[in-house]
Amino acid sequence: MSETIVSLRNIRKRYTRGKQHVDVLEGLTLDIPKGEFVALMGPSGSGKTTLLNLIGGLDKPTSGEITVAGQRLDQLGGGALSRWRARHVGFVFQSYNLMPMLSAQRNVELPLLLTNLPAAQRKANALAALTLVGVADRAKHKPAELSGGQAQRVAIARALVADPTILVCDEPTGDLDRKSADEVLHLLQTLNRDYGKSIIMVTHDPKAAEFAGRQLHMDKGALAESG
Amino acid sequence: MKFFPLIWATLWRKKARTIFTLLSIVVAFLLFGVLETVDYAFAHPSTGTSGANLLITLNKYSITLSLPFSDEQEIRSVPGIADVTWLTWFGAYYQEPKQFVFALPIDIDTYLGIHKGDFVYDDTQMQAFRNTRDGAFVNTELMKKHGWKIGDRIPLHSTIWTQKNGSLDWNFLVVGVYDVTDPTQRNQQASTFLFHYDYFDEGRSFGKGNVGWYEERVEDAAQSAAISARIDALFANSSNETKTQPAKDFALAFIKQLGDIGFVLRAILGAVFFTLLFLTGNTMMQSVRERIPELAVLKTLGFTDANVLGLVLAESLLLCAIGALLGLAASYGALPIIKQGLQGVELSPLALLPGIGVAVLLALIVGLPPALRAKRLNIVDALAGKH
Repeated sequence: MSETIVSLRNIRKRYTRGKQHVDVLEGLTLDIPKGEFVALMGPSGSGKTTLLNLIGGLDKPTSGEITVAGQRLDQLGGGALSRWRARHVGFVFQSYNLMPMLSAQRNVELPLLLTNLPAAQRKANALAALTLVGVADRAKHKPAELSGGQAQRVAIARALVADPTILVCDEPTGDLDRKSADEVLHLLQTLNRDYGKSIIMVTHDPKAAEFAGRQLHMDKGALAESG
Repeated sequence: MKFFPLIWATLWRKKARTIFTLLSIVVAFLLFGVLETVDYAFAHPSTGTSGANLLITLNKYSITLSLPFSDEQEIRSVPGIADVTWLTWFGAYYQEPKQFVFALPIDIDTYLGIHKGDFVYDDTQMQAFRNTRDGAFVNTELMKKHGWKIGDRIPLHSTIWTQKNGSLDWNFLVVGVYDVTDPTQRNQQASTFLFHYDYFDEGRSFGKGNVGWYEERVEDAAQSAAISARIDALFANSSNETKTQPAKDFALAFIKQLGDIGFVLRAILGAVFFTLLFLTGNTMMQSVRERIPELAVLKTLGFTDANVLGLVLAESLLLCAIGALLGLAASYGALPIIKQGLQGVELSPLALLPGIGVAVLLALIVGLPPALRAKRLNIVDALAGKH
């Protein structure tokens, strides 16, 4: 039996805006084994991104237990949660979210600033990550000088560079054309298959979801079906 | 140090804005350096030892009020006084008001007695000066400035003293030139034009028998304070009470007649820094507002609230430190120029040191509000564009 990397038990998430309460997740329970590539699908407002934020330690549940990489996240304070994220999670966003004033290499080095690695080692690791995703030749370029596909590869290199336990991707191909999207998805698939990275990806795109090993469908804050 | 490239790159994210903000800080600290140095000079007038054996006695209430000539004998009788001379402010210019001339009516023997060894001159020319009633002994720098030669007849316009015929224009015959022995005094003496006190006293239409101030040389500089007190005690409760002080303080006291210099300088600085506070504060706030998604990404990557607070504060500190150091360096470079403008005032680079503290304070004040905002940033809301 394979080890569970994500374990959610009866997770509820309620947002309060003024006097209004919105229940986004309602008693969700889910297990994701280590090394799995999971696609989270569902209509807008179904709670996909909220679930992803909870798994990535960006947000806390209103109630329920959430354990990721062996750590109860619902019990961690702000600082501890930040340090946990730095060690265990790599994030990939739809709009890349690279620092516009930094070169690709400096962007990839960012998570390593939180480690004790010397500058030369940080640079070497960043270049290795850029090589892995196939954009080492763009190391000195700033994000504005990269195509969408290249920028997303740099973002993936940044997510990988600290060797996280889990990759959390929020619509990673949402801003890309089909060809670039397929390249990025192939890359994620390779990272999952060849390097054993656990990946959880939110997507609207059924074609993108086909690259995942398992598809989870969400509707109105609950898991609707699995594919 | 490992965060420095990130802070540096962030600082220059909007180059034009950073340059203009930096320029405003540089100018503010240049002004701070200049004004603080002048204020320091006024607040610490007697920091050196040279000239400590020279005293000046003037009217206690104003330099514009004179003292009777009869005081000279009484001052001379004070134990410890080596010599006494008397002088009066002539207030002269040559041809036009901007060509100021520090014309000074002197009694040759007592004046040279006080300033023994201070001047270099030709004895023959000095003899000619003694023998010429309307003769003038002029500093070489002033001679060069106006292209005067020995034998020239020079008209000076006094802004105070009318002659018996009602004219404010006085004529002098240049009979000699002199230089100063101490090169550091060259600028201070560059406009000096000496002429006979008797010629002045006899020619003026009012104020006869009065002098502007007395200058005394004491035998022991260590006794200056005690001797000053003794001189002032001589005239206490008279109609012409005196104030005796070291000669070095005289120039400062003279300028201080204009008003509370320290207050004026601090008021200017206060206005400048108040404006700077808003300008730099606004820039920092705007800069952080524009970077909210980027700060949220840093937090997503594992940067703690304290890390983000530190980054924004460090950016503010870096901006203010660069501006302050450039501004203070420029004001240090300007010290010789200011010194020329404020003859007789000793300027010290020590006065620039508080500038570092002011820069840190400024950085904290303008950096703290945006840094706290960045610290409190909610990642999920910021990434969703809800900030």
